[in-house]
This record gives sequence, C-alpha cells and structure tokens, in this order.
Amino acid sequence: MLKNYGLIFTLIKKDVLLEFRQQYSFYGILLYVASTIFVLYLAMGQPENMVWNGLFWMMQLFICVNAVAKTFLQEGKGRQLYFYSLCSPLHFMMARMIFNAILMLLMNLISLLLFILLLGSPLNHTILFLGISCFGACSISLVFSFLAAIAARAQQNAALMAILGFPLIIPELMLMMRLSSLAFSDVFQSGLTSIVLLLACFDLLVVLLAAILFPFLWKE
Amino acid sequence: MLLKNWWKILSFFFLLYTFTAGFLGSVPVKPILNETIRNLYFHVAMWMVMMIFFIVSVVYSIRYLRHNKPVDDIYATEYARTGIVFGFLGLITGSVWAKYTWGDFWSNDPKQLGAAIALLIYLAYFVLRNSLTDLDKAGRISAVYNVFAFAMLFPTIWIIPRLVESLHPGGMGNPALNTKDIDSRMRMIFYFGAIPGWALLGVWISTLRIRMQMFALNHQTNG
Repeated sequence: MLKNYGLIFTLIKKDVLLEFRQQYSFYGILLYVASTIFVLYLAMGQPENMVWNGLFWMMQLFICVNAVAKTFLQEGKGRQLYFYSLCSPLHFMMARMIFNAILMLLMNLISLLLFILLLGSPLNHTILFLGISCFGACSISLVFSFLAAIAARAQQNAALMAILGFPLIIPELMLMMRLSSLAFSDVFQSGLTSIVLLLACFDLLVVLLAAILFPFLWKE
Repeated sequence: MLLKNWWKILSFFFLLYTFTAGFLGSVPVKPILNETIRNLYFHVAMWMVMMIFFIVSVVYSIRYLRHNKPVDDIYATEYARTGIVFGFLGLITGSVWAKYTWGDFWSNDPKQLGAAIALLIYLAYFVLRNSLTDLDKAGRISAVYNVFAFAMLFPTIWIIPRLVESLHPGGMGNPALNTKDIDSRMRMIFYFGAIPGWALLGVWISTLRIRMQMFALNHQTNG
C-alpha cells in the first residue's frame, strides 16, 4: 500500500519537474488565461452577477480543456511506451489525475484573482466562492483527464476532446453554477450540502471509472 | 419461418394494437392535456425504448472489453445507433406535444435540455468511432467511451430533473411521467402494446443492420 503511494508520488513529481523544465507550456496557458480574461474585460466591462458567474465557469471549462489536453497530447508515442514498461496503468492514471487537479487549482486561483481585479467583485461570500470554485476546478479536471486519455489515443486530436467533453460536462457545470450562485446572494441559503454531496459522489464515480477503464486504453 | 420470425409478427400486432386502440380508445379527460394524452404511446415509449437500447449497447461494450470479440463491438454500435434514432423520434414527438400543451416547440425545459445532451453524447460516440481507422482500436476506445459516457450521463438524467423545476410531469419520484394521469386502460396499451411493440421493432432494425455489418466484416477478413 505504501509502495503504491510512493509510486504515484514519484509520477506526480516527474510531471511537476517536467513542468519546471519546460516552462514555456506553463506560461503559455498562463498567458492564455490572462489574455482571455483581458478580452472579456474589454468586451464586457464589469458585468452583473449572473453574467459574471457564467463567464467564470465558461473560463474554467476552456482553461481546463487547454491545460489538461496538453499533459496528454504533448507526449509522443515513444515516451508512452517508456511509461508502459515502467509502471502500471492504474498508478499512471491516478498520478495524472492528481497532477491535473493541482494544475487546475492553480489556474483557478489565478483566474479568480484576475476576474476580481478586472471584472469587479460582485461576490458577497468570497471565501465560499473560493471553496466552491476550487472544488469545481478539481471535478472538471478529473473528467477531462480521462477524456484527454481517450482523445490522445485517437490520433492526438485536440478538437475531439471538446466534442467528447462538452456534452458530458454540461450537467456538472450546471450544478456548479447553481452552487456558486449562492455566493452572490445577501442571505445565506440552504441547499448547499446536498449538491456538494452529489458532486462528490460524481467525482468518486469518475475516479473509479477511470481506474477500471484506463487499462483498456493503455494496452496497444 | 414462423418459428424463427414469430417476434417480428408479434411486433407488428403489438404496433397495430397500439395504433388502433391508441387512437380510437377512450382516454381520461384532463384539462390542458385533452386528447394529446394519446402521445404517451409514442413519446414516452420512444424514450423508454431508447433507454433500453443504450443499456443493451453498454452491456455489449463491456462484453467486448472483456472478451475482445469483434461481434460484440458490432452489436454495441448498432444498438447505440438504433437508440439514437428512437431518441430523435422521442425529441420530435415531445416537442410536438409541448407545442400543444406548453405553447412552444422548444422552451428550454431542463428535461428537453437533458434529452438534447444525451443525444449529443451519443453522436460524439460515433464521431470518436469514425475518427479511428484501425478496427480493433476503434472498437476498444469507443467501448471505453461508451461505458464512461453512460455512467456519467444517466445518473445526471435521473438526478438533475428531480432538483430543478420543470414543466414536464413527474417532478417528484418518477422523472418520466405522472402515473396518476393515466388510467388502467391506457396503462394496458402502454405496457402491453407500445413498449414491447416499439422495442421489438427496434430490435428488428438493429438485427438487420448487424447482419449487414457482419457480412462486411467477413468480406473484409476473408478478402
């Protein structure tokens, strides 16, 4: 059991190290985030609450597609074969998911900061929104990690990921928007825990399915 | 011939019963619904049959992943295809019904959106399939996506409509229909005419396509 954690940890460390060595791709996403939010600022100025909320989650979706797709799509065939000889698919997938979740958390924090700076802050419960957005970012990144693994198999096609992923993520995104709209209201409303529990179950389901199904994608 | 094809004849008689009894039989008088309640035999039955075929498709996908037989892949694909056809028919009959009861063909109701999402997901399944040229690879990857998509989609289709307000009947409990609106006569036609009739017709369509695909596969492998 301890060995498993060690292996996963090593794989995550490898991904983080790769990020540090090839900083251009990390800065690339960062620039993507910053410039998109700047364009939004130029187009919308300071929008009202619901628009702000909707834009924020759409931003998260697009950041996620770009950031997560990159981790799978940048690997060549040779490197995948190398991993195949080194570790089990389960460890590989789990490490990837955790790494992507961390990457997405970072991007989420940066984009939230930029949103508040440029598009204004209509939030009444900033801490609550921060928590919800971190949770949401992790959930989205889990789903897209698995879809990126599928898309990477299908001739490294990045456009395919959007086709596969967007319909699948809509229900989850709708729940997220519903949840985060609580952070805008003056009075604290109930109904938080049931949606959070539902989304947590959803995340668990995604992780389980990825653990079961990834080995089939892996072998060739 | 009769021994082999009895279920096709059965399907014909089920549907004949559905159409005659469905259009001529008496229905409970309800405000707003009026005579449109007869659409139950078509609209609701289409969705149930679509659901059945998607479940069959996923079962064959799982079998394909376990045993790796090309036949299972063909079954999974063709049942998903028939499921999509029934899904589109369900959407069309639903929006016609919505026009006469809610006043508009499309009113962004959560259930209409859920249905549209479900169809998009299965269309994406076919896009994924066709983007792969290698048969074995296409089978395996699309089977993985089929299982993943099914497991992601149906909990949300069954859960989200219970959380949000909708014009569609059956907000609490059963997400598809309000069981109080129909009487025993309608229930009889629905469960013993429409659902088995449409389901058997769908199986018929699927088996035809499966035979065609099997023929193509044999032709390919044997030159």
